[in-house]
Amino acid sequence: MGELRLMKGNEALAEAAIRAGVDGYFGYPITPQSEVIEYLMAEKPYERTGMVVLQAESEVASINMLYGAGATGKKVMTSSSSPGISLMQEGISYIAGAEIPVVLVNVVRGGPGLGDIQPAQSDYFQTTKGGGHGDYRLIALAPSSVQEMSDFVPLAFELAFKYRNPAMIVSDGAIGQMMEKVELFDPIPRLTDEEIREKYRWATNGKLEDGTRRVITSLDLDPHRLEEHNLKLQAKYKEIEEKEVRYETILCDDAEYVIVAYGLSARISQKSIMLLREKGYKVGLLRPITIWPFPKKKISEMVDEGVKGFLSVEMSAGQMVEDVKLAVNGRVKVEHFGRFGGVIHSPEEVAAAFEQKIIGG
Amino acid sequence: MAEITIQDIIKPENLVYKKTRLMTDKTLSYCPGCGHGTTHRLIMEVIEELGKEHDTIGVAPVGCSVLAYEFMNVDMQEAAHGRAPAVATGIKRLWPDKVVFTYQGDGDLAAIGTGETIHTCNRGENIVIIFINNGIYGMTGGQMAPTTLPGMRTSTSPYGRDVEMMGNPLKITELVAQLPGTYYVTRQAVHTPSAVRKAKRAIRKAFENQLNKKPGLSFVEVVSNCNSGWKMTPVDANNWMEENMFPYYNLGDIKVDGKLV
Repeated sequence: MGELRLMKGNEALAEAAIRAGVDGYFGYPITPQSEVIEYLMAEKPYERTGMVVLQAESEVASINMLYGAGATGKKVMTSSSSPGISLMQEGISYIAGAEIPVVLVNVVRGGPGLGDIQPAQSDYFQTTKGGGHGDYRLIALAPSSVQEMSDFVPLAFELAFKYRNPAMIVSDGAIGQMMEKVELFDPIPRLTDEEIREKYRWATNGKLEDGTRRVITSLDLDPHRLEEHNLKLQAKYKEIEEKEVRYETILCDDAEYVIVAYGLSARISQKSIMLLREKGYKVGLLRPITIWPFPKKKISEMVDEGVKGFLSVEMSAGQMVEDVKLAVNGRVKVEHFGRFGGVIHSPEEVAAAFEQKIIGG
Repeated sequence: MAEITIQDIIKPENLVYKKTRLMTDKTLSYCPGCGHGTTHRLIMEVIEELGKEHDTIGVAPVGCSVLAYEFMNVDMQEAAHGRAPAVATGIKRLWPDKVVFTYQGDGDLAAIGTGETIHTCNRGENIVIIFINNGIYGMTGGQMAPTTLPGMRTSTSPYGRDVEMMGNPLKITELVAQLPGTYYVTRQAVHTPSAVRKAKRAIRKAFENQLNKKPGLSFVEVVSNCNSGWKMTPVDANNWMEENMFPYYNLGDIKVDGKLV
């Protein structure tokens, strides 16, 4: 068993970064995730593992530092919260276009605009539908516990490098700030410079021995070649959709109705389905762990197997519900419930919304 | 006396100069008479002479030199507009023994990327920044730049730059020289043979500073013409540059070995 600690989600994520053998972290403070860089600066990872930590002058700078460092084949990450992630979108688009494997973390807060600093899930569209310009996708993992804030760091890097694609951990202000028991994984050694040069032949860290030079760019002024590049990206995204969907089901075996919820909303909805089962409704919970790729096939199969209705529960005005509707394709009822702007719904509110919108409506 | 033929002249033993192998054979996308090509060549010659072909990563900007990575025959990365110093910071922090440089124009470095420029210089990143200042946005068709001279006509200042409305041209090179993080700051040109020789010495010094891990960033501005953007012949553009650009952007070293000149 790994080391047990009581930690904040943000701290667990930062500790996991050191243990995952991350080479560099670049970030800019923003509530509610500043503990990530604070923890890293206090821990002196450059002494523990040689990991570089740098506070940038802006989120714009940190995402571009990540773009540069990631292009050299090193394991690099940044973290921020919603307004900061908005600022990074240009860089994220470049990173996706140039196929740089980096890990991004969004500890989501209420919006739009400066919004507030309380937890929210209103960046679902931004994460899963693009955010920046162009046709691209982020692999997006949604932790629902402090444990997963730790566990998803090495997983995100594994997926990012497997597909040469940016991966994002999409958390929220509550998961980032709350303290829970976490079992830390054993440290993974960082790769040496020689191992990186051997393993990632595409990376720009100085010409290869045979004189081959590498160029990292997202630019191609020939539209036909750029279309070819886009087709290659789309084929990669299709493969990710086929192979990397992750989700958890709770009490779905006999379920007539299913609540779909991720992250903190899934934690809350676990209680809601118990309340509803006490009332006699056969309700299960589907928790997407990857919000992209989205478990649309699973939802479609649930309809085939007789599920009569879905309630999408999110701390947003209704974003993921659109993906649930696409998967259901009009065959059964799909409704949304959620508080937003930094307000967290209670299990009772969710249960009441289920009775009103799915049973009563 | 025997007649000397071209075949005699091109014999290997008569070779006095050749193109560096660190420039690709791709045809330059720059206008004839422009200083970009010469500056590219000087940087690549210096890297070849320093024996750092396999240890160099260059960062290209957005602007006329957006395709610099097609001509510079080393590992290259293409940055977003203005972000080259941040990209270079990320590379250098994780590969401190590699040679890292950015190549940026005035719009990239002194307008949209001002924040990255100032903070990268202020952190004293051990990199080289090459800054081409031609006082105009060449690639997008000749719009006003932060370094456009007062009264100078561009497509977005068709009646001449009005300093009441747009402020004065930004001497960002003098500005970064004030920061303790810069170690070597100089302004050069590449429009005459003697200027080219001086510019090459400056570029070489900048890269040597990085190799010798001198404390701070080396910043080389090259004042260049933009004959197509200025709507002049190359010769007229060079004359105009000497008469108008150099009095405002004085050539020479501004900071050497960490001390203002």
